[in-house]
Amino acid sequence: MTAADWIAVPVLLPLGTAGLMLLLGENRRATNAAIGVASTAVGLLVALHLALSVHRQDGALAFAVYLPGNWPVPFGIVLVVDRLSALMCVLASCAAMASLLFALARWHRAGVYFHVLLQLQLMGLSGAFLTADLFNLFVFFEVLLAASYALLLHGGGIERVRAGLHYVAINLMASLLFLIGVALLYGVAGTLNMADLAHKLALVPDRDRGLLHAGAAILGVAFLAKAALWPLAFWLPPAYAAASAPAAALFAILSKVGVYAVLRLWTLCFPAGAGATPPFGSALLVWGGLATLAFGAIGMLASQRLGRLAGYSLIASSGTLIAAVGLQEPALAAGALFYLGSSTLAAAALFLLVELLERARQVEVAPPLLDRGDRQLSFLVDGEPRQDVNLDDDEEALIGRAVPGALAFLGLAFLACTLVVAGLPPLSGFVGKLAMLEALLDIGAGRGAARWVLFGALIASGLAAAIALVRVGINHLWAPQDRPAPRLRVIEGLPIALLLGGCVLLAWRGEPVLQYVRAAADTLHEPQRYIGAVLAARTVPAPDGRRP
Amino acid sequence: MEVVVSLAIGVLAGAGIWLVLRPRTFQVLVGLTLLSYAVNLFIFAVGSLAIDREPIVRAGIAATLENYTDPVPQALVLTAIVIGFATTALFLVLLLALRGLSGSDHVDGSEEGP
Repeated sequence: MTAADWIAVPVLLPLGTAGLMLLLGENRRATNAAIGVASTAVGLLVALHLALSVHRQDGALAFAVYLPGNWPVPFGIVLVVDRLSALMCVLASCAAMASLLFALARWHRAGVYFHVLLQLQLMGLSGAFLTADLFNLFVFFEVLLAASYALLLHGGGIERVRAGLHYVAINLMASLLFLIGVALLYGVAGTLNMADLAHKLALVPDRDRGLLHAGAAILGVAFLAKAALWPLAFWLPPAYAAASAPAAALFAILSKVGVYAVLRLWTLCFPAGAGATPPFGSALLVWGGLATLAFGAIGMLASQRLGRLAGYSLIASSGTLIAAVGLQEPALAAGALFYLGSSTLAAAALFLLVELLERARQVEVAPPLLDRGDRQLSFLVDGEPRQDVNLDDDEEALIGRAVPGALAFLGLAFLACTLVVAGLPPLSGFVGKLAMLEALLDIGAGRGAARWVLFGALIASGLAAAIALVRVGINHLWAPQDRPAPRLRVIEGLPIALLLGGCVLLAWRGEPVLQYVRAAADTLHEPQRYIGAVLAARTVPAPDGRRP
Repeated sequence: MEVVVSLAIGVLAGAGIWLVLRPRTFQVLVGLTLLSYAVNLFIFAVGSLAIDREPIVRAGIAATLENYTDPVPQALVLTAIVIGFATTALFLVLLLALRGLSGSDHVDGSEEGP
């Protein structure tokens, strides 16, 4: 089987799994969990297979195109996989796997249909990454958003409902803008297929250019709201901090969907190098991304709660990516893609760690008043001080006492997260940032100011992230000495270890991954190859030889 | 006819935006509904307005936009209506849940904000 035969699997497999789980019913939770893990693992393998088989090919063959309805190209639905899509699918499967494993400890019992929603979310993500026409992008956006609304509310409680209300309202507005943008582009170009659209943009007469740019800009606002560009980012920290840990870990890939959509559409429709003028919207992307990066860094420094800090770290990484995308340099985009992979894995791990660290803390600090959703989870407050805790009266020697294994694991995992998020050596965050910095040095002199501001901002934001995370680490892991060791189950530690293992692997095997993202970025910045590959796809003739 | 349709879209969108910016959850809900009406009409309008023309090709009549209306926006509107309806229903559930949990119909759950 070629890669083209596998393209629909990342979309159909989670859909089928979700349907099967609904048929089995919510009472067979263990069965559902087993099916979910198996299906997500298969999905991850298929995504990896897609990435490898696309990467092995070159030139026009680096794409695999599948026509689900067997309609000829500009009219029917098209699924396309290239290196970028495959990379995003792999990341989505990784985040889903980690979230699912973590939820097995207890979160999947905190509400109904967790497994079903997670599979639907995965389906929406894969579909958004694989689709090649604008309206299906909208449909898959809605699928993943609808699943994310319910996942955000998973566990209940006023804090989640309030954050969920804002989240739903913001995303409904963004969806309406998405529709307006799609309608305008259809009105101007008469097509919804992205490749066909990019192909026809050159033919748009000058009097329609304004309308075209308005449509693209409105569409871009919808994507950038999803990607949390400042000033459209204020919804993110409260929503993600309120979400349950597995849902928040999965949401780490959600804001990357907006970045992906901008990257895909802008490299296709408004490529650089067409003339002396910079491509449409590129200045706004660059400076907006820089403002977002600054906003995220300041927010990280200002955060008192670890959950909000993790949210702001996502905003900072979105800002980095959008600014890098806006500059439209293949080498810079390659570094950004590497950074995207490592920051997604680290952010997911950080969101999972948040809960474990907060749980250790809640033993001595009263649970927050508004967090009523956790009331039924009595294990949050059941930590009695242990017998050998050093109380002040019987001054037991603290020196030489072994650090509990769970605490050591949490400390090491938090350290690894800090290294990746702040971009310090030796982990993968450093490799990604270094690749971007190197590319910024090599860019021609055409883009003076923005290039140096981004160079400085990358380094400064790393410093801010390091300060903020180290401060939180000291508060949570060093300062308290009389705190009982947190209880940690293997199934909770495993996903964190896997995600951080992924970051270590990205750094250890950095060269092949860098080759992959370089090839992906080069392909992206030559839109003719994508357009050619999609428009050249042919329908399959019926078995008796007639054309369908 | 163009003037009437564009006026309708404009009034719906303006009223919708004003309501979405109000502090009461029910006003936001109605605002989102009005906005989605406006957007649906807008999608319909980009397929060029036509009276008494069908979107389905018939034998003997050339398949151009002079003889038919564009079927694609109609399909898009249908999908958008269904999706918008479902998400608005979800928003309604959230609205009621927040009202029940906080005892207030303010979007922040209380008059002073969180």
